[in-house]
Amino acid sequence: MMKQNPLPLELALAQERIEKIAADFGLTFFRTVFEMVDYRQMNALAAYGGFPTRYPHYRFGMEYNQLSKSYEYGLHKIYEMVINNDPTYAYLLEGNTMLDQKLVMAHVYGHADFFRNNMYFSQTNRKMIDAMANHATRIRRYQERYGVERVERFIDACLSVEDLIDPASIFRRTSPPRELSAGLEEEETMVPGRMPAKSYMDRYVNPPEYVRQQREKLAKRKEETRKFPRHPERDVLGFMMEHAPLDNWERDVVGIIREEAYYFLPQRQTKVMNEGWASYWHSRIMTGKVLTDAEVIDYADHHSGTVATQPGRLNPYKLGLELFRDIERRWDMGQFGPAWEACESMAERNNWDRKTGAGRDKIFEVRRIHSDITFLDEFLTPEFCDAQRLFVSKNKDGKGQKAVVASREFKEVKQAMLFQFSNGGRPVIELVDANYANRSELLLRHRHVGVDLRWDWAADVLAQLNRIWRRPVRLETARDGKSVRLGHDGQNVTEEVFDKKKAAGS
Amino acid sequence: MSRIQSDVNRFKQIVRGRVRDELRKHLGQQEMFGRQGKNIVSIPIPHLELPHFAHDPGAGKGVGQGDGDGDGRKAGNEAGQHLLEAEFSVEELAHMLGEALELPRIRPKGRDELDTNAGRYTGVSTVGPESLRHYKRSYRNALKRLIATGAYDRGRPSIVLERVDKRYRTWKPRQQPTANAVIVYVMDVSGSMGADQKELVRIASFWLDAWISSHYHGVRSVYVVHDAAAKEVDRDTFFRIRESGGTVISSAYELVVRILAERFPAEDWNLYLFHFSDGENYSRQDTEKCMQLLDKRLLPYLNLFGYGQVESYGTSGDFFEAVERHYPNDEKVTMAHIPDRDAIVGCIKTFLGKGR
Repeated sequence: MMKQNPLPLELALAQERIEKIAADFGLTFFRTVFEMVDYRQMNALAAYGGFPTRYPHYRFGMEYNQLSKSYEYGLHKIYEMVINNDPTYAYLLEGNTMLDQKLVMAHVYGHADFFRNNMYFSQTNRKMIDAMANHATRIRRYQERYGVERVERFIDACLSVEDLIDPASIFRRTSPPRELSAGLEEEETMVPGRMPAKSYMDRYVNPPEYVRQQREKLAKRKEETRKFPRHPERDVLGFMMEHAPLDNWERDVVGIIREEAYYFLPQRQTKVMNEGWASYWHSRIMTGKVLTDAEVIDYADHHSGTVATQPGRLNPYKLGLELFRDIERRWDMGQFGPAWEACESMAERNNWDRKTGAGRDKIFEVRRIHSDITFLDEFLTPEFCDAQRLFVSKNKDGKGQKAVVASREFKEVKQAMLFQFSNGGRPVIELVDANYANRSELLLRHRHVGVDLRWDWAADVLAQLNRIWRRPVRLETARDGKSVRLGHDGQNVTEEVFDKKKAAGS
Repeated sequence: MSRIQSDVNRFKQIVRGRVRDELRKHLGQQEMFGRQGKNIVSIPIPHLELPHFAHDPGAGKGVGQGDGDGDGRKAGNEAGQHLLEAEFSVEELAHMLGEALELPRIRPKGRDELDTNAGRYTGVSTVGPESLRHYKRSYRNALKRLIATGAYDRGRPSIVLERVDKRYRTWKPRQQPTANAVIVYVMDVSGSMGADQKELVRIASFWLDAWISSHYHGVRSVYVVHDAAAKEVDRDTFFRIRESGGTVISSAYELVVRILAERFPAEDWNLYLFHFSDGENYSRQDTEKCMQLLDKRLLPYLNLFGYGQVESYGTSGDFFEAVERHYPNDEKVTMAHIPDRDAIVGCIKTFLGKGR
């Protein structure tokens, strides 16, 4: 854990004040603890996703390198870092002005309230700070035992499919992964079809021939009783964890990667809302209650920096903030409901004001029950898109550097937006058969919605999955209008065109 | 945060291709634009993206906000012409050089502790200027004397100072670790050294400077050019000058001797001398004279002497052989041929390969 760096008195007092104001507005949050850090620590925290430590991996080094360079060249400064945890830890950057710190604190309480109340977070592990440290320790232990490179390669294999988890799990209680190491020595391996044995005995107790026979028996039995898995499974990581022929430590690593992926999932699903909510509140708290007259100009400067849009790019802070404000305004003025929906006259819509005053309540409700995609789906209106000058760009990533306006048509804008946010912008992949062709081969299916996969990467991922599953892995998808089964058998990439209609029978 | 540092090091190792070779194909550069003073610099950041299931970037559309872009030229990047690449710091470069060429670290010769006269005034002496009076001590001594001679009256305490009592603050010689170096670059700018040759010298001296600088706190550089006569110049001139004339190498060595004697006494400085020439000296006598100078006035004080012979049009100088013959086995003497750019690496490795 990080060394405790309690806030200097002035800031501690400011925190008390701001916390009270936030609470008075109706925000609720776990105990919130602020710590002051220097820019190096802040960059390290950011690289680690907000945590003081993570398992050893170069991806964090890469992130840190980028943040450091960016900071060095004055390109950006991270003002705050806050994590979903109980207590909610937040970090302030030392050297910032008093005004900045106050703004950040107000912003943090917005986040803290969001983490606590949005239902997509309801099943997350609120003691994740301890869990992360624990994960780090376990992986470090494996590295000492099995070698840095070997463990790193395996982690990379898991990371390539870390997004293959089930987003609907938010609504199910997912019990934490079984404590697999409890009761089992590291040396023993447990795999369907094998007998538990110490690793040095393994060859004798479980000769390859025997294992293969057992597996075939098992597969046959499974096929006879039912399909495996019964229904298409989104949680491929979880499936690997349960059924792939892995060593104990490998199983544990899969479990760790999976647990962390599930932890971060709601944050990815609610980025626009979360940032919008926090921005809404820092604005409300600061302008309403906290700013002195002298500070107003600086505040406007900082705030506008946060919500500035680079031409052509989408700023999640700004989008979320504006949408929340729009919702509040509409619900205050009664611009909702069947009558409103039915109204076709622009003039009437513009002058509509039933003085319902339900705005504040509505946004509190919205922040509780929506994710980005439902948020956008429900509340985007043509007027909003116009006012925000949203457009569809010709390039997929919409990064703006070469963004050519293809359309400002509301329907198209909305559709493009939903696509961009749906499943984090990633293709939906399901596991449909773990005993494909009756040879224990893995079959995945890509739910093609009109966009082909990036082919070279898909082949790479299948190679990685093959390392985990240890048998050939295939993916059904479409490319250039044809149904294709892409695969990896451990040696080569395989590709076969097939007739979808014929295959649908199986 | 040393934990993040080990992750950073691991990442850098991958970028440099020292481990996880197979990941190199996923390495790319993300570009950031930043400011360095008034220049806009392009900062390429190494980026490793592990493949995952993703949509084909060419297909599909995205959503942007604001004005978008008519013809793809606008947007958050103002950079146009004056892009400088800023990637690794010179220190990192030096480090990489050392790794790549497996250079031994330089051990500054026995000068880690120097006697310097600038100590701190923590000592006490019986003589000194009044401005350095040590009151307490002086009065204490006076008191001691008075008590000893019985002249001290407790009832009416008064102390009178005598000359013998007086004490003064004085300096104590303090060991001050210094590691300072001077690099003297000497370049032949006679008619036979063309722009290409000068370019080779420039590149070589950049790396020599980087490596040596990474071992010392302060490195000074001295630039001397010569044809038939030698003169000291600044860095810019060093690389741009276009003299033409004959070649008298001894003139340069003599100038170096003078400069070192005047400004960089050997006791205080680690000295490095690098001489680049095409090897065509005026006469064999002069070459002899150079050897004498090296023997008597230079080598005894230098950490390292490096002679790099570039090739000039058609001629091949014999200075190289002369040095080789004269110093077949000297620890401090290194020589290299630099016919082209590729040879620079070899030259640097030769010069710096002894850890001096």
